Amino acid sequence: MSTELVTMNIGPIHPSTHGVFRMRVTFDGETIIDAEPIIGYLHRGSEKLAEERTYTQVVTLTDRMDYTASMTNNQAYILSVEKLSGITPSKRGVWLRMIAAELQRIAAHSVAIGFLINDLGAWHTPLLYLLREREKILELFEMMCGARITNSYLRPGGVFMDAPDEFWPSLNKFLDEMPNRLDDIENLLTDNEIILARTQNVATLKKDDAINASITGPMLRASGVDWDLRHRNPYDYYEKISFRRPLGTVGDNNDRYLVRLHEIRESLKIVEQCLDLIEPGPVKPEEVPFLVRPPEGESYVPIEAPKGELGFYLVSDGGIAPFRCHVRAPSLINLTLLRDMVIGYKIADLFVTFGSIDVNMGEVDR
Amino acid sequence: MTKVLLGSEIEDILRSNFKNQIEVVGKDYVQISNDESLDLFNYLKIDQKYDLLSSVTSVDRISHFEVVYHLTSLQKNESLVVKIKCGEGRVDPKVKSVVSVWRGAELQEREIYDLMGIMFEDHPNMKRLLLWENFEGHPLRKDFVS
Repeated sequence: MSTELVTMNIGPIHPSTHGVFRMRVTFDGETIIDAEPIIGYLHRGSEKLAEERTYTQVVTLTDRMDYTASMTNNQAYILSVEKLSGITPSKRGVWLRMIAAELQRIAAHSVAIGFLINDLGAWHTPLLYLLREREKILELFEMMCGARITNSYLRPGGVFMDAPDEFWPSLNKFLDEMPNRLDDIENLLTDNEIILARTQNVATLKKDDAINASITGPMLRASGVDWDLRHRNPYDYYEKISFRRPLGTVGDNNDRYLVRLHEIRESLKIVEQCLDLIEPGPVKPEEVPFLVRPPEGESYVPIEAPKGELGFYLVSDGGIAPFRCHVRAPSLINLTLLRDMVIGYKIADLFVTFGSIDVNMGEVDR
Repeated sequence: MTKVLLGSEIEDILRSNFKNQIEVVGKDYVQISNDESLDLFNYLKIDQKYDLLSSVTSVDRISHFEVVYHLTSLQKNESLVVKIKCGEGRVDPKVKSVVSVWRGAELQEREIYDLMGIMFEDHPNMKRLLLWENFEGHPLRKDFVS
């Protein structure tokens, strides 16, 4: 039975939209028949600002894009600068930034899972369990570089300072405890009947559709495509590391949750392998100048950020600031199919689907 | 390791069917003409298996604009760069939309239109993405003073 259609604005201020995201949704009763994402409320013009800053200063802008994953943002940007200016990073610097990046992935996935479960109506308990673990990672970051969220830890050639001595025992303690905490989370959530009923076979995304819409990251792997840039295009020292790549089979909301949960475990293993391989030495080559001045040219180095393929397209005209700095933002591009995914489902599924895509408005709007 | 094709290697792929469309062969990119660009992109996507459109972006080159496409082939683990030059003399920059080939371009082309002011013909929903509708100017252009 059809009823009168209702068009409603959801957001930009709404607890379940994870920031300032707005959707204009048309309902037939409780069923969604149209949904249009409206964004831009957090647009700060980062790409334009980058054109007026030196290559090193731009690092601070990248922190504020995906603010739950600053380290990987730094990494993507720095890799692009290094390729553009032909800098060879020092070994210890690379290991340190890989450790930082994997810890960041754990933190970002914890946030993603926590808020997804929150959106499902499991108010705050699972979320706070996960945020408690994230807090430990933020403390580790504070030891590494003095900042918790806007880290600006990486520099062309490596990182700006070595981790202090007390960092290593704290990291080991975290690595020892985290698997047990993950078991707790899994016991609590994975086989929970309500969660299964709400997420299984909801907003299914097919392989070919996902690839065609440029969807990357855990969302693509949840649809069963084995594409992880750490494996297929190993940047930094990922080729020396072995890890599994969890894949989904159906591509529904439950698969997207499971892929992230399993990736946390793999990230822990990666950090452990990095700890075995890291060796003493300088964290940044002496000869890298403070003012990087790359030759004319352009570079694009995609990396596997927690949300998907993140890359900075930099164009240099030989000056001290980038001539053009474009961010390939996975959060924005993963939203392409939101409308197609939610049509035909109920209003309550909308938030779950949006949560399972895991976007960060700082990165969507830049 | 993803193999990034050099300009000459991209030219080899395109030479047999699209010889007339190649305008410039750079070190690591090929610049093609805007006419019939969709045929070329369809060939790259279907025949050459470049199924993932990594990114679409634009550069203000002062004398003209450039639209830059980064394509990736998941199957072959290769990537390549194609560019289209438009808006000679900064007048009326316009290229064909690739949304009919890759859905992934939908939001990215809207972003380029919003911030750089390049029109995408036949885009299903060509309006501003980040800024509000009656905003004047396109901030990423070099003549936009911030």
